[in-house]
Amino acid sequence: MATLREIRRRISSVQNIQQVTDAMRVVAAAKLRRAQENINATRPYADKLNTILGHLISRMDTETEALTHPLLEEREVKHVCIISVSGDRGLCGSFNSNVIRTTTQRVEHYQESGAEVTLICIGRRSQEHFARRGYDITDAYTNIFRALEFQTAVDVVHEFEHLYTEKKIDKVEVIYNNFKSAILQTVLVEQLLPLVPEFPEGDTLFLDYIYEPGQVELFELLLSKHLNMQMWKVLLDSNAAEQAARMAAMENATQKAKELIDELILQRNRARQTQITTEISEIVSGASALEG
Amino acid sequence: MLHRSFHVEIRTPEQLVYEGDVMSIRAPGIEGNFEILAEHLPFLTALDIGEIRIQESETPQLIAVSGGVFEVLRTGVTALVETAEWASEIDVERAENALSRAQAQLEANAPDLNRPRAEAALARAKNRLEVASST
Repeated sequence: MATLREIRRRISSVQNIQQVTDAMRVVAAAKLRRAQENINATRPYADKLNTILGHLISRMDTETEALTHPLLEEREVKHVCIISVSGDRGLCGSFNSNVIRTTTQRVEHYQESGAEVTLICIGRRSQEHFARRGYDITDAYTNIFRALEFQTAVDVVHEFEHLYTEKKIDKVEVIYNNFKSAILQTVLVEQLLPLVPEFPEGDTLFLDYIYEPGQVELFELLLSKHLNMQMWKVLLDSNAAEQAARMAAMENATQKAKELIDELILQRNRARQTQITTEISEIVSGASALEG
Repeated sequence: MLHRSFHVEIRTPEQLVYEGDVMSIRAPGIEGNFEILAEHLPFLTALDIGEIRIQESETPQLIAVSGGVFEVLRTGVTALVETAEWASEIDVERAENALSRAQAQLEANAPDLNRPRAEAALARAKNRLEVASST
């Protein structure tokens, strides 16, 4: 049985932890709100880009032009590039470990089918994990989530886009936590290259544009902008998911701390009572000995 | 007739930079600068690094932009650019730092240098300084 003083010390230390986890929950909640605002701010740009792309495709002879574009070309998969998006910090439940586990599975899956795999790691957690285990990492981006910039997405895309067009890799996939809602995040595996043509149907009533330079050049430009946008969405989503996961984890921790404190208080009272009982019986037995 | 206004929207992936009615807009097309007035035909073009100049009334307003898409429809103009900064808000010191950093990287020419990225950074920094100084 722990002594009264030990129990008191434990209670105060658990209370301190509870304060910290609660503060972290509040911070994560604030960051989550900002991350969600960022996602919303992106939507009009993405929608407009898709509309323009849709207009353009509706006016193009897709059989001959669009499908021969290098970023749409499907090749035999000999070398895969996987972008693994984790966070920079822990204490966010299974956020990082889910991404790392899924990435490991994908890597094994491709290696079994005889393809080589290269990684691009985003976030310190995945970078450290895979670097320690000797994976082939072409590029890593760490500490980017604190002040997330669109330029980072452009840099990442630039990195794998030129590897793809030089035919050093035949497929690009991204693995990240998708932000469904504040309570639900799921790990997604998405193919970035070759581009999956899932563009909106063009408005057939739409009159044609005047193009400058040509239609094909603009199509190429729009495709690469589209790719940048997809990468940007992945980063924003992962960021929001990380904050949501941390918020949930910290809420859980605070709750657990509360339960532990209740339990300890019970123990403390019991110990105190035992101590008092012992003292009383000592006094009583001492007094009766004197009367003896 | 000549000076009718039309709707303009300038967006980056991060935010709405400008929305409003203007008399004219001048933009850096990749095949040279151009200017759009009201009643223009539908037009689609790519933008280079440079400045967008919008004129609501008398004084023009300048925005430094770096590459994007420019669409003219009958309903108005939309510019989707990857970065945009109002000339009045450009942090000259930061731009100068970015410029010298990019120059240093290109001169040092380290083996792991990402040359296209450094060159793009250089061009963007130069552009921001130019736009900032022309106000």
